[in-house]
Amino acid sequence: MLIKKPVDIRPSEITHKESYFNRRKFMQAAALTGSSIVAGDALPAIIPNGKRAKLEGVVPSEFSTDETPNSYDDVTTYNNYYEFGLRKDDPFRNSQEFKPRPWSIEVTGNAEVTGSFALEDFVNSKTLEERVYRLRCVEAWSMVIPWVGISLADVVKRFKPLSKAKYVVFETLLDRDQMPGQRSRSLRWPYVEGLTIAEATNPLPILAVGVFGEVLPNQNGAPLRLIVPWKYGFKSIKGIVRLHFTDKQPRTSWDLAAPHEYGFYANVNPNVDHPRWSQARERRIGADQDGGFQSLFSASKQDTVMFNGYGEHVAHLYDGLDLKKNY
Amino acid sequence: MDTARQIRFIWKPLIFTVSLVPFALVVGDLFQVTGSLGPNPVEEIQDRFGNWGLRFILIALAVTPARTISGKQWLTGFRRPLGLFAFFYVLMHFLTWLILDQGLLLSAIGEDIFKRPFITIGFAAMLILLTLTATSTASIRRRLGKTWQKLHNWVYAAAILGVWHYWWQVKLDASDPAIYATILALLLGYRFWQRRKPARQRTQTASA
Repeated sequence: MLIKKPVDIRPSEITHKESYFNRRKFMQAAALTGSSIVAGDALPAIIPNGKRAKLEGVVPSEFSTDETPNSYDDVTTYNNYYEFGLRKDDPFRNSQEFKPRPWSIEVTGNAEVTGSFALEDFVNSKTLEERVYRLRCVEAWSMVIPWVGISLADVVKRFKPLSKAKYVVFETLLDRDQMPGQRSRSLRWPYVEGLTIAEATNPLPILAVGVFGEVLPNQNGAPLRLIVPWKYGFKSIKGIVRLHFTDKQPRTSWDLAAPHEYGFYANVNPNVDHPRWSQARERRIGADQDGGFQSLFSASKQDTVMFNGYGEHVAHLYDGLDLKKNY
Repeated sequence: MDTARQIRFIWKPLIFTVSLVPFALVVGDLFQVTGSLGPNPVEEIQDRFGNWGLRFILIALAVTPARTISGKQWLTGFRRPLGLFAFFYVLMHFLTWLILDQGLLLSAIGEDIFKRPFITIGFAAMLILLTLTATSTASIRRRLGKTWQKLHNWVYAAAILGVWHYWWQVKLDASDPAIYATILALLLGYRFWQRRKPARQRTQTASA
């Protein structure tokens, strides 16, 4: 259930912090073991503010891959987040002063429930899930990342989209003072992305609030970002401030920048090349952290898999769609 | 020391050493002595070598205008070593792509060279520089006579293809290749302007 007004008194203010967290742990354990007596009124997940703050009570997910995740350094220093600059280390270097709180998300368009919601109310889920997902960038590199977040499908359903709503459009914060990359016109700001309702209500996509069991670092899209593991990374929009339900397929930022190179669907597809480079293979980043010649050869390329290996969950979404035309 | 000895024993060794610094830094960063190559070392090495290849082409192309403007004829002696370093870095860029990026997978290499225009033109530029390097010795130069200069004018084509190759592979922001293109346009524009001047005036400038 979605509560529109901010909660005035946080449970943590009444309950002693330690017993509060113990209670949360107990309830999550109870939820996991299937004794659902209290699960229904479990407390919403708390997203602490502060760099590298630990997220409590994160539960594992059956959707996680058992591949070894990348290192914390790989995930937090090699980023594409053009709002903070174009080089891979720019987001890390230019986002440290960024303020991810207070934060609110506006929900608009063809839905029964709309309005502006504080982050704490928006992420009103009983449990945070850890989802270890493969990430495949359109630039032909990939990582494995242990995100923490909530199911996008649950969030979308809470807003009760009307039958008219065919797409969910996401928007990133527009703030030239805090996001120096937005002072140049490299892309049209704010960054816009979108999914069909069927894609958004698939069990795979999540809204991530953390990574490695900690709150999301600014360079990774704090405080709230999308993760769509079977699509190229640029679909997984960061620093989300708006969700819009609409009947029109949106023009996304990359589609506007280069329509013949980046389409709306952007499904990972080894058979459809980027006009300028092959998508058949990918380099898994950071296979060897210790440097030396080994690091050059251990990071050899691997074959890219259709839908980034998530075909069993998502291939049916595209039945009858020509994926060569709808890239 | 006279100028010839100064060039031979001071300036040439100095230029040689300085020109090797970018290569030494790649090795140092690879073994995490001078720094690090970051999470994607192959891409980093490839980018650095490619950038230095382009820089050395532009530096080598700047020698002749610098000589004409300053009147210091001995500058000509630096053109060949700088040109060779340009080829060295372009070759390292190519080998990084061939061995580390493509893993010597012949099907992928062939497809990239023939199907990806930006790789086709980069490969062509590399072949031109290879030919120029192979014919750069004094004895071959003497043997080829006037043909040598004609052959080595292809360096302009290599430079244009090189900058184009860089520009074409950029995802979004072309400001770096635009800087290279501007410098190259100035260097080529200067030569064009020189050529259009009457012969008499040109000799005057050269001997001034």
